Amino acid sequence: MTTSTDHYYVPEPSRWPLIGAASVFTFLFGTVLWMNAWGAGPWIMLVGLGLLAYLFRGWFGDVISENLSGSYNGQVDQSFRQGMFWFITSEVFFFITFFGCLYYLRNITLPYLGGEGYLGTSNILWEGFTYSWPPLQVPDASNYTVAKEAMGPAGLPLWNTIILLSSGGTLTWAHWGLKKDNNRQLVLGLAATIALGVVFFILQAYEYGHAYAEMDLTLNSGIYGSTFYMLTGFHGFHVTVGTIMLMVILARAMKRHFSEHNHFAFEAVAWYWHFVDVVWIALYIFVYWL
Amino acid sequence: MSTEAIHDDHHDHAPSGIGRWLFSTNHKDIGTMYLIFSLAMLFLGGASAMLLRAELFTPGLQLLDPDTYNNLLTNHALLMVFGVVMPAAAGMANWMIPLMIGAPDMALPRLNNLSFWLLPFAAIMLMISMAAPYFPGGGTPINTGWTLYPPLSIQVGMGMDFAIFTLHILGISSILAAINIVTTIVNMRAPGMTWFKLPLFVWAWMLTGLLLIMIMPVLAGGVTMLLFDRHFGTAFFDAAGGGDPVLFQHLFWFFGHPEVYVLLLPSIGVLGMVVPTFSRKPLFAYKPLVYSMMMLTALGMVVWAHHQYTVGMSQAVTTYFMIGTILISIPVGYMLFSFIFTMWRGAMTFETPMLFAVAIILMFSFAGVTGVMLAVVPADLQYHDTYFVVAHFHYALIPGALFGLYAGVFYWLPKWTGHMYDERLGKIFFWWTTISFNLTFFVQHFSGLAGMPRRIIDYSPVFAEFNMISSIGAFAFGLSHLLFLWIIIKTIRGGDKAADKPWDGAQVGTPGLEWTLPSPPPFHSFSTPPLVK
Repeated sequence: MTTSTDHYYVPEPSRWPLIGAASVFTFLFGTVLWMNAWGAGPWIMLVGLGLLAYLFRGWFGDVISENLSGSYNGQVDQSFRQGMFWFITSEVFFFITFFGCLYYLRNITLPYLGGEGYLGTSNILWEGFTYSWPPLQVPDASNYTVAKEAMGPAGLPLWNTIILLSSGGTLTWAHWGLKKDNNRQLVLGLAATIALGVVFFILQAYEYGHAYAEMDLTLNSGIYGSTFYMLTGFHGFHVTVGTIMLMVILARAMKRHFSEHNHFAFEAVAWYWHFVDVVWIALYIFVYWL
Repeated sequence: MSTEAIHDDHHDHAPSGIGRWLFSTNHKDIGTMYLIFSLAMLFLGGASAMLLRAELFTPGLQLLDPDTYNNLLTNHALLMVFGVVMPAAAGMANWMIPLMIGAPDMALPRLNNLSFWLLPFAAIMLMISMAAPYFPGGGTPINTGWTLYPPLSIQVGMGMDFAIFTLHILGISSILAAINIVTTIVNMRAPGMTWFKLPLFVWAWMLTGLLLIMIMPVLAGGVTMLLFDRHFGTAFFDAAGGGDPVLFQHLFWFFGHPEVYVLLLPSIGVLGMVVPTFSRKPLFAYKPLVYSMMMLTALGMVVWAHHQYTVGMSQAVTTYFMIGTILISIPVGYMLFSFIFTMWRGAMTFETPMLFAVAIILMFSFAGVTGVMLAVVPADLQYHDTYFVVAHFHYALIPGALFGLYAGVFYWLPKWTGHMYDERLGKIFFWWTTISFNLTFFVQHFSGLAGMPRRIIDYSPVFAEFNMISSIGAFAFGLSHLLFLWIIIKTIRGGDKAADKPWDGAQVGTPGLEWTLPSPPPFHSFSTPPLVK
């Protein structure tokens, strides 16, 4: 599809970046007001979200039509690929932060609080606190609710692991279809991946509901609840974003936007989805299992 | 817009009106906006420093109340780091990297504009954070300093939420800019512009970009957890819930220490262009210099906890961080060595950029020496949180980052504007800033060693003389920047016509293709990639 031109495509002036900056600002401004219980907050957040949706629609719309009209040469394609690669790298470091915290808390902070080592403090601060993981007690429960039981690896999390791993498989199958120029396989594979993503999301939501209602495992359950929800929550957010991106790709696949050689958007979303997959495996091991 | 655009992307006239700037996809225009933004923030951050020094002129409380003082202190740091040095370096990257490597523009021009436009919005949000305490329910001002340590930062009012989101916006901006710059360097080099033909400035930004991609997400994660602790009942930084305030310090400095190299490396890159030009000699040991920058980047990622020796880490940990930190002096020393040997027996002249370059080598070494002192754990336990630290990092950041950028401004102004700057005024500016800078910060070594604590509005009368000298120096330093502004305005408005290659030594060493273009370069340059032999 790409008619390879000598010239690197430099876009004409575009209003999207400015709208992008304004929408991020609006959304975050509204969020602060909402967190501090100002009535206008949620409405401003909503405006920001609307602007963001408009932005993504418009910006990516421009990119798609430029691509379809054949303005991009191979070098532009490379730029997109490398840009996506570095973006995912930065996302990896974002998750490394939270896994790093989990490691630090489990291996340094909590043992110290439990009185281990010469820096152990429990005898001074909270006598009788003993450390075990998952911690079903907190040093000082006056500000925290304590979870009744811990989230185990069996049951829903295991199903979720199987679902997410299979979604990686269906996505690869879709990719094979694309490479063979078999649009039916591409569309079916994408639809299956999206379905699995949605099921994962529903199960995760159910698990959260269960944890809140019956296990007393909440954001407020001391460090166990904090790390559990922070890690699974940001992962779930990425699954949601990935599912939306897959839906866009499915719609584009149905319009036959992709060809055997020109389907970077598909690959970018696939990279992202596999990244989310890998994060889940790490989550399953370190948050649910060990 | 998109379909018609394809046919006329080769024309060479700039769009007219305000839209040229608001909707720009041109690396030179975006670079200019970055530089102007950074200059504006320099005056804002400088003004807060002037207020702080005015307050510290004599002991006792005169102008400010303690909370306002602390808030100004916080803003001074945030503005200077995120508002001045990073945008200025990014502006230079925008302007120069495509010209140096023979690219038609940055790899992702629209993303480039998003990176820029996030900055003014972040600045607005930072101003709101300062204004928030004056509104009902706004709570206390941000009195934590730019490190935002909990538990204090948990207790601050609504301003802290705005500050956290300011950092988020800045983080998005930096990550996107870094992705763009790294992609540009990897993918947009003209045929024949191989890795070891790259100008040192490009190498410096390559490594800076990689650092930003690795560290900004960690800061974002850290402040997000802070936000959750503040509003959603989590316990990350609260020991009563099983968390740890020290964890935040680790997260912050995992970002914060490499951030020092983010500020420093672009300046090292500028030095790598300026020193060979005015020594009329190729850069001494170019390749090892690049390797030493890589070593600096790698080591910089794993030494963060030397900022927190006093919080009670185990001896094994502090020893590791001490040794790692001292190792940093090897690549840094190597860089300075390389610049000195570039000058050795060169046909040197001392135009303003070169004056700054020589001053950087001298004064940055000074920061290196105090840095080794601070890296040693038992010594640091004495210096920690005193003005000695303040003196150390201002010697690192003003010569190391800011003066490097000044050198870059004077070196490239002729290329950017097409006019030569006023050399006489440039030299006056150099001597004025250098002398007043030393006047301001040199004495702080002494007050620090004598035990004057930093980040406190008042001090013991025994430090009165030192502080008075410091304040006088600071006012002079601040005033000198009005001259800087005037030089820039004057150069933009007119002056001697600059040649394509305004510096006769510029072709020595490892320049890029920037001097093959007219000054100022056309709106679209290198639409077809040149061949580098």
